[in-house]
Amino acid sequence: MTGAQMIVHALQQEGVRALFGFPGGAVIDLFDQLYDAKLPFYLTRHEQGAVHAADGFARASGEVGVCIATSGPGATNLVTGLATAHMDSVPVVAITGQVATHLIGNDAFQEADIVGISRPITKHNYLVRDVDELPRILKSAFYIARTGRPGPVLIDVPKDVQQARTKKEYPSSLDIRSYKPKMNGHLPQIQKAVKAIESHKKIVIFAGGGVVASGASEELRELSKKINAPVTTSLMGLGTFPETDDLALKMLGMHGTEFANYAIQEADLLIAVGVRFDDRVTGKVDKFAPNAKIIHIDIDPTTIRKNVEVFIPMVGDVKRVLREMINLVEPKDQPEWRQQIMDWKRNHPLRYDNSNGRIQPQYVIEQVADLTDHNAIIATEVGQNQMWTAQYFNFKRPRAFLSSGGLGTMGYGFPAAIGAAIACPDQTVIDIAGDGSIQMNIQELATAVTYNIPVKIIILNNQSLGMVRQWQAMFYNRRFSQTCLRKNVSCPPHCDGSGDNCPTYVPNFTKLAEAYGAAGFLVTEPKEVRPTLEKAMNTPGPVIVECRILEEENVYPMVPSGEPLNNMIRGMA
Amino acid sequence: MRHIINLVVENQSGVLARIAGLFSARGFNIESLTVGKPFGDETSNMTLVVRGDDWVIEQVTKQLNKLIDIIHVTDVTENDFVGRELALVKIACPANKRSDASEIANIFRAKVVDISNRSLTLELTGSESKINAFLETLKAFGIKDVARTGPIAMLRDSNVRPD
Repeated sequence: MTGAQMIVHALQQEGVRALFGFPGGAVIDLFDQLYDAKLPFYLTRHEQGAVHAADGFARASGEVGVCIATSGPGATNLVTGLATAHMDSVPVVAITGQVATHLIGNDAFQEADIVGISRPITKHNYLVRDVDELPRILKSAFYIARTGRPGPVLIDVPKDVQQARTKKEYPSSLDIRSYKPKMNGHLPQIQKAVKAIESHKKIVIFAGGGVVASGASEELRELSKKINAPVTTSLMGLGTFPETDDLALKMLGMHGTEFANYAIQEADLLIAVGVRFDDRVTGKVDKFAPNAKIIHIDIDPTTIRKNVEVFIPMVGDVKRVLREMINLVEPKDQPEWRQQIMDWKRNHPLRYDNSNGRIQPQYVIEQVADLTDHNAIIATEVGQNQMWTAQYFNFKRPRAFLSSGGLGTMGYGFPAAIGAAIACPDQTVIDIAGDGSIQMNIQELATAVTYNIPVKIIILNNQSLGMVRQWQAMFYNRRFSQTCLRKNVSCPPHCDGSGDNCPTYVPNFTKLAEAYGAAGFLVTEPKEVRPTLEKAMNTPGPVIVECRILEEENVYPMVPSGEPLNNMIRGMA
Repeated sequence: MRHIINLVVENQSGVLARIAGLFSARGFNIESLTVGKPFGDETSNMTLVVRGDDWVIEQVTKQLNKLIDIIHVTDVTENDFVGRELALVKIACPANKRSDASEIANIFRAKVVDISNRSLTLELTGSESKINAFLETLKAFGIKDVARTGPIAMLRDSNVRPD
């Protein structure tokens, strides 16, 4: 078997259902094998699209996403996508071609040291120097990507290694002596945690992406019900706990709900499950949960005590640890605390001003949620579109919210939605985008059209890079430096808001959709929102719905960077 | 505090880069690093000297453990250990000063490993402080060059703590 054949064989053995990629000189041998292989291949229009699609496939399905790129620029185009997957712990295997081994280090044509470049943004990576090592490396890559704290693994395969023959077989199992994720929690620690639960009265559970990765939503709900503890989630944890539940506090942090942030600041015990205490969550870290002892459960020991002091650390798979806790803990109620939570929820709900006759982005999100019964798979881009979706969609299940949380990659959502739609063909998949983000990977419209992937793109068009503009409006004295997307050469150098003489917005998204062979609808009036969304859902194939929203709408509440969580700016409403 | 951390790692290309990258990316400082292959080609042993408070050392240890190619991490400073460094020192030494130099070498149990009519090269093994003292003493001659390893270290089984 040649190296190229071995790669295809490995992909089949691992049960890979879809490949995303782009060919090139250093991977011609591999693509030659793929020509006859029974592996669905999706040719994206940019390697970044391929890696995000693999990521979206992985997040929506829980399987490993796979992408392929050539050496040099093909490989470097994967970098943002690998970093995105790394920050959010998504299992992706990236296979790159490399120049022939005798040329490595010679600055050969399309040579880049992608193993060196991707080292800090992958869970692990390999340069395959000998075809006999290829089977073990392929097996290890899939194993490492999907186990422990998942993450991306890159395999760099020189052209001559793809051509060389090996007698080695693809291993059926493997043992990596230096990699043994700890799955079971330490029983004495679990017992200590259970005691702590029994002796506290204002308990909050804080769930994150680790609950999704571990498939522990059921356990999360059971624990919450058994001890009557409210649940808040990080952005990555959205959907792990149904947001319509009485005990749901929704998202916490910079753009979290007031009631989640108040609950955190008042809690006496915080059970943190599969989270890493990102700065967008904690605000000023030494004022985070000042009255609470923290129980922290995570499979990755490095997350524990990295950002916050922990009272009871527990390293292990959160599903197993939660199950143990549920088994050991006595049912309890905290009625006063629940009442307090209910009061906060009633008195400080998420809210926006709907009286100005313009399309409110929050309203669009609510309509999308209602139309899909909160059950669609929603990808987002990054910025205001992402935060409004996180706030107003009310997710009911895990793996339904795909968003670049850690790296904050604009341009992630659309290709990720394509990957998710391929992973879950019987589900509705929607990308909620901003007009800035969508242009960062708009070329993938060709991919969606050619493979007839029915992703619906809803562009919340505020004609600006809204999140940065929001900060400029709030903290930079309305100096809108390079955040207006209508600005052209005729504009004055300084301008603090839109007026009647502003240039026409480019591009025309409706025509752009049509140029690619997709459907495009423009919505300018609030009353058109619902019917147009319905029309879009009933139109086969990819559709762009452009909603011209109120330009200066901001995301509230907001905890300014570096402030404690209870120091929220509430906005106008 | 100064910590000596022993690593057993897979002898793969790029392991050193992973470790160096981890330290630079997370803002930790390596004071010294020694690499050897005492058990053949499959694994390497490394000794790192790292300075930091408890939080830094805990993170360093955990982050090192997380690297796939690292098999074992031991912070020897948490226990009783033997630590040794090796130094080669070339001093200015005309023929008429050789006996003075040799006397100092004897006191420190250093060895003469090279000799010329202008210089003398000495080899010394010992604790960091012993080597510092040796270098201090040799300053009178004029030190022309020093090559010095970082420490290597091993846990004592005798459970006798120094001081």
